[in-house]
Amino acid sequence: MTASTLDVPAPTGTVGEPVLEIENLSVDYGYTDDATHVLRDVSLTLHRGEVLGLAGESGCGKSTLAYAATRLLPPPGLITSGSVHFTGRDGQRTDVLRQSDAELRASRWQDTAIVFQGAMNSLNPVYRIGRQIADGILAHRPGMRRKEAWDQAASLLEMVGINADRLRDFPHQLSGGMRQRVMIAMALALDPQVLIMDEPTTALDVVMQRQIVEEIADLRERLGFSVVFITHDVSLLIEIADRIAIMYAGDIVEDAGAQDVYRRPRHPYSAALLHSFPPLRGERRELTGIPGSPPDMQKMPPGCPFAPRCAHVTDVCRQVRPVLGPTALADRGGREAERSVACHLHDADLEGIDGTLPADLAR
Amino acid sequence: MRFAVRRTIFYLITAWAAVTINFLIPRLMPGDPVTALMGRMQGRIDSNAEESIRVLFGLDTGASVWQQYVDYWGLLLRGDLGLSFTFFPTPVSEIVQQALPWTIGLVGVATIISFTLGTGIGVAIGWRRGTWADALLPITTFFSAVPYFWLGLIAITVFSVTLGWFPSSGSYDRGLVPTWSWEFVGSVIYYGFLPALTVVLSSIAGWILGMRNMLVTVSSEDYVTVAHAKGLPERRVMVGYAARNAILPQVSNFALSLGFVVGGTLIMEMVFSYQGIGYTLFQAVNTQDYPLMQGCFLVITLAVLGANIIADFVYAALDPRARQEG
Amino acid sequence: MAQDTTFTEEQAAPERAVEHDVDDPRRAKRFLFLRNGKALTGLGILLFFGILAVVGPWIAPYDPNQVSADLLQPPSWSHWLGTDHTGRDILSQIVVGTRGVLVVGLIAGVSATVLGVIVGVTAGFIGGMGDETLSALSNVFLVIPQLPLIIIIAGQLPTAGGVTVALVIGITGWAWGARVMRAQTLSLRKRDFVEAARANGERTWRLVLAEVLPNLTAIIAAGFVGTVTFAVMSQVTLAFIGITPVSDWNWGTILFWAQNNLALQRGAWWWFVPAGLCIALLGMALTLVNFGIDEFVNPRLRSTGMNARLLRRRRIRPRIGFTPVLRTPPDGRPDVGTTARTTRKERS
Repeated sequence: MTASTLDVPAPTGTVGEPVLEIENLSVDYGYTDDATHVLRDVSLTLHRGEVLGLAGESGCGKSTLAYAATRLLPPPGLITSGSVHFTGRDGQRTDVLRQSDAELRASRWQDTAIVFQGAMNSLNPVYRIGRQIADGILAHRPGMRRKEAWDQAASLLEMVGINADRLRDFPHQLSGGMRQRVMIAMALALDPQVLIMDEPTTALDVVMQRQIVEEIADLRERLGFSVVFITHDVSLLIEIADRIAIMYAGDIVEDAGAQDVYRRPRHPYSAALLHSFPPLRGERRELTGIPGSPPDMQKMPPGCPFAPRCAHVTDVCRQVRPVLGPTALADRGGREAERSVACHLHDADLEGIDGTLPADLAR
Repeated sequence: MRFAVRRTIFYLITAWAAVTINFLIPRLMPGDPVTALMGRMQGRIDSNAEESIRVLFGLDTGASVWQQYVDYWGLLLRGDLGLSFTFFPTPVSEIVQQALPWTIGLVGVATIISFTLGTGIGVAIGWRRGTWADALLPITTFFSAVPYFWLGLIAITVFSVTLGWFPSSGSYDRGLVPTWSWEFVGSVIYYGFLPALTVVLSSIAGWILGMRNMLVTVSSEDYVTVAHAKGLPERRVMVGYAARNAILPQVSNFALSLGFVVGGTLIMEMVFSYQGIGYTLFQAVNTQDYPLMQGCFLVITLAVLGANIIADFVYAALDPRARQEG
Repeated sequence: MAQDTTFTEEQAAPERAVEHDVDDPRRAKRFLFLRNGKALTGLGILLFFGILAVVGPWIAPYDPNQVSADLLQPPSWSHWLGTDHTGRDILSQIVVGTRGVLVVGLIAGVSATVLGVIVGVTAGFIGGMGDETLSALSNVFLVIPQLPLIIIIAGQLPTAGGVTVALVIGITGWAWGARVMRAQTLSLRKRDFVEAARANGERTWRLVLAEVLPNLTAIIAAGFVGTVTFAVMSQVTLAFIGITPVSDWNWGTILFWAQNNLALQRGAWWWFVPAGLCIALLGMALTLVNFGIDEFVNPRLRSTGMNARLLRRRRIRPRIGFTPVLRTPPDGRPDVGTTARTTRKERS
């Protein structure tokens, strides 16, 4: 199991057994033929005990991926193909997309819990928070008494640093940071193996952000769950994540260890994304934005979706859509062999690609 | 308790406004129909009652408007609404007192049934969006567009004239003495069934649509998704998370549209000659009984205000935010 | 974290909001409204009644007041909708009465909407005490039962003709619109473009006319349609209980005569059924138009792509909390734009 704290750079690439395997997942918005294809054949694996960061600009599909994998995507979302396998503690492997409603309901929150973006709206405004934590517990522990569930809710609150007498508060009586802690406490109620966090800190101020992130890192170390951490804030991910997957326009374009992505990005988009954020630590560097804007998902051009904004674009980029594969430097061995990238620059077999990467992608 | 204070002030203002409107209407009207009627009644009205009517209708041209207003309040606080012309010399307050329980019984019960049933159906339709349940919407639209009284006419034609199942008018069997006997209560229910059914049929559509739309809107809130993510039973998510929140605007809409609904249902009393406030108002209008008209309006307004206060209590009980903030 | 880069501006925008209506140009939005089946049906019916209101008196087969020897006749070839107790032609009464209904509805709708916009926008824009007072005023008018109020006002007027009734309805029926308008203005006032215009030193009235009102169009339209519905119902009700002059033909007058001449007891259904159906049809048309506006304003209510038959064929059950999974696509995998993609990992 990897340990990630905020001060020591996390050792990366330690591969536990997979706990969540998303394979070729495709998602549409809309049920008709002119539906928007928001995810196209996305594959991603989460290993036991790992913190996987999912990053990208707004609208790139990172939240969609998480919601589709848990089948929580609201209408008109439609999963058109793919599979999502979850491996339990007992080693049993089930396809979430083939579960019946009852099976899915039973496995939710026990196997995979979610902390949603915007804690403001995630809590039912008319129920006390104790009741909201307890009803999740009671739904999965039919024999349990209400009192026991409330006691457990109290200890969960204490675990995230909230006084237990807050149990009888309504959501509107809590501050934004407290609500997000309540959500985290609620998500950990059934000791899930996978915790999906969708922009858990976006609505909070910087100090609160930091506290929450440290809280999560600490809890993960104690409880040993795996985390999918979704954010547009790459610099945050570099601190907390073991591995980062960068998404662009419904595709994963790069998937590698956090430090590798940070120090040695292999995809032009990852490189550009990193350059648009100030690093929290380390050398100062000049910030640059990414010229242009993400493509309209309703009218996707053929070829690489990043081509119109890419500094290293070639002819083949505009015609053929690249797929995730090994980097051109895979023969360096070690962790380099475990990385994957979806960019034609790494495919020397293609016409017009000479196999030598631009300097900023070959560090 | 800022909420309670604010609402109390609001109700006091509304009550004051209703009384003031009642005071102003006869004074703002062109012409002077009451004087003509008083002329006809000459000699039959005793001087005391005549004084009341003068104050109520602003016939005292000598007194200042302010003095008239003060006198008017004085009368109202003593419960004096003048004498009815039609049922001369019965005081208006007495007629209204007899009619009000019938209205509260019929319109009140029917409105509560309609609201409860409509809200329930609205939840069911809203939750099963995109299925056969949506087919119910056009039917409810039709019923919401039909005028109340016309539905009453149709109900009378079908159920009393053609089928003869229910009486077409009245509120109880005239052969019975009004007591709390089973026979009498049964008769009241029997006579009230058709009017109540029509009230429910014609007002339920609004509640169904309102609740359906609220539920559809609330269902895409994050906390509903969280409830699903927690693996709660579907019923619990629907009732405890979606409907429980969607009902809040439904209740405040109930309070606000009560005046509208009651207005419509009063017409039903006219169609069925049901001896409530609505029918009394109808009679007063037809016989140009101005004191009775004014009295009916005042009582209807105050009754609606009372119902509003109850709806507010319900709202405060349902929404913790309203209880604690403003 | 000082993030001064291009894309982080969007961080507040929730990624899950997939509706694209916000950014669409205004023209596309209007087009969307007209594509709405409900609104289109409603507008069609309204158009029909509108034409009838204009040409009614010319195409009516008889003078609606002309008595004849055919007393209380059921529908026949000479009287399509039968006759009343004095032998007057009911179809003619309905056709001629259409104008009265629509004129009153329009006048009342316009006057109530204008009042509602003035009160609501003013309240929302000035804020403070003025807002408190105006909101209290509209709440008071909401709580007071309108129909009894209209009845006692109309009952005390010496003549309660169509226009008078329309104005009374307008004066008593503006409160709902004002309430909605105020809420919308309040939220608009805080938006950037209004703030920007204010910072540029735009005059208040210009700000309201140029920046606020155009953005309230849909809400104003909905309020207008709602008031017209209420006005039509009120006027027909007033005519039915005999408060407005019985010589003014409208659909309520027909029902007044029917009710007072025991049409129900005599089984003369042709006397009161068609007029009621006309009211229902008009009311339904107005409601449908309002549904269209509602769905246009609140995208969550839209059922675009929710065609029940299509969903059944593809075996999709759209639900919140359980995203449907396409099981057996009819012809292989649905087209995703790039077919037959194999990962390079598999190739190598």
